[in-house]
Amino acid sequence: MTSRQKERLTSFLLLLPSIILIGVFVYGFIGWTVYVSMSKWRGMVPDYTFVGLRNYATLFSLHRFRVGVKNNIIFTALFIPSSILLGFFLAFLLDQKVKFEGFFRNVFLFPMALSFVITGTIWAWIFNPQAGLNVLLKKMGLEFLQSGWITDPRVALYSVVIAATWQMSGFTMAMYLAGIRGIPLELREAARVDGATEWQLYQKVIIPLLHPITVSAVVVLGHISLKIFDLIFVMTGGGPAMATDVPGVYMFMATFRQDLFNRGAAIGTIMLLMVAVVIVPYLIYSMRTEVER
Amino acid sequence: MSRRVLLCALMLILVASTVSFAQNQLIIFSWWTAGGEEDGLFALYDVYQAQHPDVEIVNATVAGGAGTNAKAVLKTRMLGNDPPDSFQVHGGSELIDTWVKTGYMEPITDLWKEEGWFDAFPQDLIDMISYEGEVYAVPANIHRSNALYYNVKLFEKYDIEVPTNLDEFFAVAEVFKENGIPALAIGSRNLWEVSHLFESVIAAVAGPEFYNELFQGKHPWTEPRVVECLKILGRVFDYINADHPTVTWDQACGYVLQGQAAMTIMGDWAKGYFTANDAEPNVDFGSVPSPGTEGIFIVVTDTFGLPKGAPNRDNAINWLRTLGSVEGQNGFNPKKGSIPARIDVPTDPYDVIALSTMEDFGKDVLIPSVAHGSAVIDAFASALNDEMGLYIVERDAEKSAERLEMQAQDLGLR
Repeated sequence: MTSRQKERLTSFLLLLPSIILIGVFVYGFIGWTVYVSMSKWRGMVPDYTFVGLRNYATLFSLHRFRVGVKNNIIFTALFIPSSILLGFFLAFLLDQKVKFEGFFRNVFLFPMALSFVITGTIWAWIFNPQAGLNVLLKKMGLEFLQSGWITDPRVALYSVVIAATWQMSGFTMAMYLAGIRGIPLELREAARVDGATEWQLYQKVIIPLLHPITVSAVVVLGHISLKIFDLIFVMTGGGPAMATDVPGVYMFMATFRQDLFNRGAAIGTIMLLMVAVVIVPYLIYSMRTEVER
Repeated sequence: MSRRVLLCALMLILVASTVSFAQNQLIIFSWWTAGGEEDGLFALYDVYQAQHPDVEIVNATVAGGAGTNAKAVLKTRMLGNDPPDSFQVHGGSELIDTWVKTGYMEPITDLWKEEGWFDAFPQDLIDMISYEGEVYAVPANIHRSNALYYNVKLFEKYDIEVPTNLDEFFAVAEVFKENGIPALAIGSRNLWEVSHLFESVIAAVAGPEFYNELFQGKHPWTEPRVVECLKILGRVFDYINADHPTVTWDQACGYVLQGQAAMTIMGDWAKGYFTANDAEPNVDFGSVPSPGTEGIFIVVTDTFGLPKGAPNRDNAINWLRTLGSVEGQNGFNPKKGSIPARIDVPTDPYDVIALSTMEDFGKDVLIPSVAHGSAVIDAFASALNDEMGLYIVERDAEKSAERLEMQAQDLGLR
């Protein structure tokens, strides 16, 4: 055995445990879930009779599931841009050589250190119509801004988006700040020497250079958003009137409250597909850029 | 090398210790973790421990209202072949459909005969915990679902009588509405509270017989009587507090206690809330059957059974013996704020309201609660909760009835 072969063997053996564990506990169970989603399993006795795609057909005929998918799409479409814009704006401000930058950076990043359960509980208090924000608005004489934040089905979804954005914009800020700091100063200087205004500098030089970061942020936020469960479960439980219901919440309810294991598995599979739509192009993209390098 | 030996030895000791300590225990699974209910559970443990001092009781509780979290944990334990010795389960459908029909439970009819319990519990209740002639559980307690709690001072202030039927209810509600007070406090935070209200309305409007038949799947949900019940429920929604989506049942009771709302319809565990807040019965708050349900008793009952493969089967059987005994029933119920499921126990540990509930329990028509898992499978109760959450906003009775019928068919109820 040459030393090179030996090296390969060692690295393979070192990787083997994690390959086996991931193979069984991730891919094995994905396969298992897909299998259950095409079975008749309801109730406490597993029934693996194969029924093809029938569970999926039923699922798409259900009011609750259709509303959930629609809500999740709206949620994602609002949550990703708002987190990215706010995060970029904060990074832009911090980049202006402010005093105590380290302090502010931590302040903005800190929400990310909390779990969604805590964020959800706190924002549910803030949005309680009898307490929190509404009282504050009244004291400030801004009664017309009062709203049934999480009690009014027309605005509840937006309130949840606000809470999620509050949590995740610090993360995009950190990513963008790192990205901005990674851009060589010479490039900025060169642009300035060429007579670019600050606005043009950002528009023509910095933002295009941050493109890979934006892609990563969209992917990270996108998979959080499409799998969202904890924040909504704690904040609104999917209500009022299903206004904030998402497939993640319904998956939990169908599996553990209703004992409809086949339906829960079908919802899980569809969520996986939804996330795959976001992740797979990213993987292809990042593999390509890696090859180019 | 010696370090490796030491490590192996340590692991062996660890494994051995978990095995060897699994002796002579009694593992009781429940969701009784709050105030009075935990006190009641511990009182039961005391009774058991006095009879079996050498048994170590493992109190396996999972917190969370109405047992929603506990039930999920229990299901994974049972599916993973790791049953507790006995577990809390609502009598009726939750026991029979979830656990008995699926073959997870052992019948305990012989124990019932041995202890002479067939004469001690009411027949309607025994029917709820039986399947194909065998009995599968011992009821620990009885709660009444259809109870109306009201603020005595508000009724005195506006000089009105407490409503006994739905027409009176709407008349009274109108008076409170004119005075800017929500007549009925309700919390729809967890949605089951709305189903809870709805079951009282169905019992009042359509009667106990139709109620039973509806949930046994003998009537379509789209039939006129159901739509009528939904419409009346919709009228009730005209008189509720606006912030109901953020409110839970106990906060709704708080509104009644503080005079921010006149009445609430909640199970009689609400009494525990009032007394815990130093309110005096018939001075600060009063309780009557919910409007139109006089003579009907919607039963919520917690029971314990014997799962197959219970690790300490003999201890579990003794636990059931304790639970069904007069001593056990009267140790548990005064603390829990419920009434005993036996109708032959001494009545001295109970207060005035409990005594009148006990009297009704002995003579009323008993029907199982929907919102608390007794009348219908969990899957449908959960779907009903969702639909109630929609209905309280949309108020489209026909559409809701249609969707409920679709759910009932999909879940094999009809």
